Amino acid sequence: MSANSFNRRAFLKAGAAGVAASALPLNFAKAQTPVVLGAVYVGPRDDFGWNQAHAVSMEILKSLPNVSVIEEENVPETDAVSQSMESMINLDGANLILATSFGYYNPFVVDLAKKYPDVQFRHAAPLWNEASDPANAGSYFPYLNQAHYVNGVAAGLSSSGKIGFVAAKPIPSVLSNINSVLLGAKSVNPDATVQVIFTGEWSLPVREAEATNALVDAGAEVITCHVDSPKVVIETAEGRGVKTCGHNASQAPLAPTGFITGAEYKWETIYAGYASALAAGEPLPNFMIGGYNNDMLRNTAYGAGATTEAIAAADAAIAAMVAGEPIYKGMLKDNQGNVVVDKDYDNYDPYLDGMNWLLEGVQGSIT
Amino acid sequence: MNEGALVTVLIAMLGGAIRVSTPFMFVALGECLTEKSGRINLGLEGNLVLGAMVAYGVSYLSGNPWLGVLAAGSSGLILGAMHGYICKLPKVNDIAVGIAMMSFGTGIAFFFGKPYIQPTAPRLDSIPLGDWTGNSALAQALQVNPLFFVGIALALAMSWAFANTKWGLIVRMTGDSAASARAMGVSVDLVRFLATSAGGFLAGIGGAFLSLYYPGSWNEGLSSGQGLMAVALVIFARWDPIRCIWAALLFGAAGAIGPALQSVGITSGYYFFNAAPYILTLFIMIASARSKAAARDVPGELSITK
Repeated sequence: MSANSFNRRAFLKAGAAGVAASALPLNFAKAQTPVVLGAVYVGPRDDFGWNQAHAVSMEILKSLPNVSVIEEENVPETDAVSQSMESMINLDGANLILATSFGYYNPFVVDLAKKYPDVQFRHAAPLWNEASDPANAGSYFPYLNQAHYVNGVAAGLSSSGKIGFVAAKPIPSVLSNINSVLLGAKSVNPDATVQVIFTGEWSLPVREAEATNALVDAGAEVITCHVDSPKVVIETAEGRGVKTCGHNASQAPLAPTGFITGAEYKWETIYAGYASALAAGEPLPNFMIGGYNNDMLRNTAYGAGATTEAIAAADAAIAAMVAGEPIYKGMLKDNQGNVVVDKDYDNYDPYLDGMNWLLEGVQGSIT
Repeated sequence: MNEGALVTVLIAMLGGAIRVSTPFMFVALGECLTEKSGRINLGLEGNLVLGAMVAYGVSYLSGNPWLGVLAAGSSGLILGAMHGYICKLPKVNDIAVGIAMMSFGTGIAFFFGKPYIQPTAPRLDSIPLGDWTGNSALAQALQVNPLFFVGIALALAMSWAFANTKWGLIVRMTGDSAASARAMGVSVDLVRFLATSAGGFLAGIGGAFLSLYYPGSWNEGLSSGQGLMAVALVIFARWDPIRCIWAALLFGAAGAIGPALQSVGITSGYYFFNAAPYILTLFIMIASARSKAAARDVPGELSITK
């Protein structure tokens, strides 16, 4: 009986709601567009590094209304990523693909963006080119070196200033992190030095452990790194009784006694921005870069290794960068004696993107 | 390079030899045993990775790292037994099965290893043998894990057993001439099955060292091909357990050159120095493989030499 009964009160309620809804501005109705985010990771989601940083942000996005998230991990930078992205589009209805690894972009993201013009693609490295790449693709990339600068400030005041850096490859973003650690440390401790060891690969746990041991043997008091998964570096350094600064995601639980702070991405700022623009039917920005000044970075909560004055100085450094204070201020020489920074450069100056030098005070070489 | 820097590099190489060599040692000894019986198991990389995962997981769940070592060995034993059984079937190529077992081992390790990437498991302790030196770098280099000594003792035992026991003779005979073994009434398949299983067990223990001691955590990039290199070391060591130990030590020491040189300020050319272990291996192979003795050492039944 109930199925056929006509409830006049319910009918009136529904009708009134419909009238009310139609009276609202258009984008209220569009706000009901479901946002389906498809994220592809190159490694495991819980690697204490790059992939974990993305996955942590995606967890936050899952709690937003009207947003659903599909994730796939361990997707190699081959044809496999095309298949993953296509199945997210065709089977799960993804309307925004987040390709989080450098090698996904060309040709995989570019080709799929041409094939699916109604789907948005965003890639986590500054590779999108307005002239040649599809308009439904784009790039986003925070400048993590600003948070490494904060690491340097905190490390410089939590030790006598001998910092060891385990780095993967000498590419500009890695070099900038090394140089920023040095500049941060020097800003509070003029005698500070950074010694760098390149492992040559993004993930080689045994050599990362060897490099950490070699740096500690050479007298480093703080160890930090730029490798895919800093877990081994941080644990080895903690085992050797030295202090540590993190990279990419929070490694605080790995070093209960020596952890100072860490450079972390705040991907959720970018992802939530994309999601709300999609829901509102607005165009997504094609090219997004940022840092502390637009809430795309954070430093890990200070650990037991940070001294009180280090915390105060690091907080002050963050406040200065939020206000747009530059990191690279002339004159600065590289460790070969050439002047490489002749004036103050804005933190996003294209000149710095082509960095191929290590500053004076860094012991190491890029070849 | 001044004298202090040279000492630093030498200490780092000593430390590297002790820290890095143990997994190579166990996998190489396991492979040595298997190949002595006339079969090649290329799948030991899978045993190593699975052993690392199982050791970490069991240590985390039980709180006892040595239980983890045992479990890692058992997981390797099962993989080795699978290889041994499959290769017993007619017209099966042991190299192809080995490659399949490598993918299988790493695959299940990744699949079941997911929940153990994040937690921190209790690890194996080391024996501080260098505290008397008063030199912190040397003391650190001489932090030795008991498994290192187990590996050396095992190599001595294997070397002795191959030469002096009936079991050793049977394994060597099976490897050199299956026909003679059959004529002696020995079951060739059974000997090879047992040798492959035991070899798998050792490789699993090598994996436990990786995840529970050095570098001491479980993640999917942990091995980065060490199991494959160790299999190659057996050829380099010409099927002699004692030489397997030397090869593993040399490989560990050479691997420490790259980071150590950078730490003393020799910073350019690190790609070249990081390649040092492989270049060294290549040269020693060229030098040693030319001799007639090298050809004599190869077990006659190996499918690559037959």
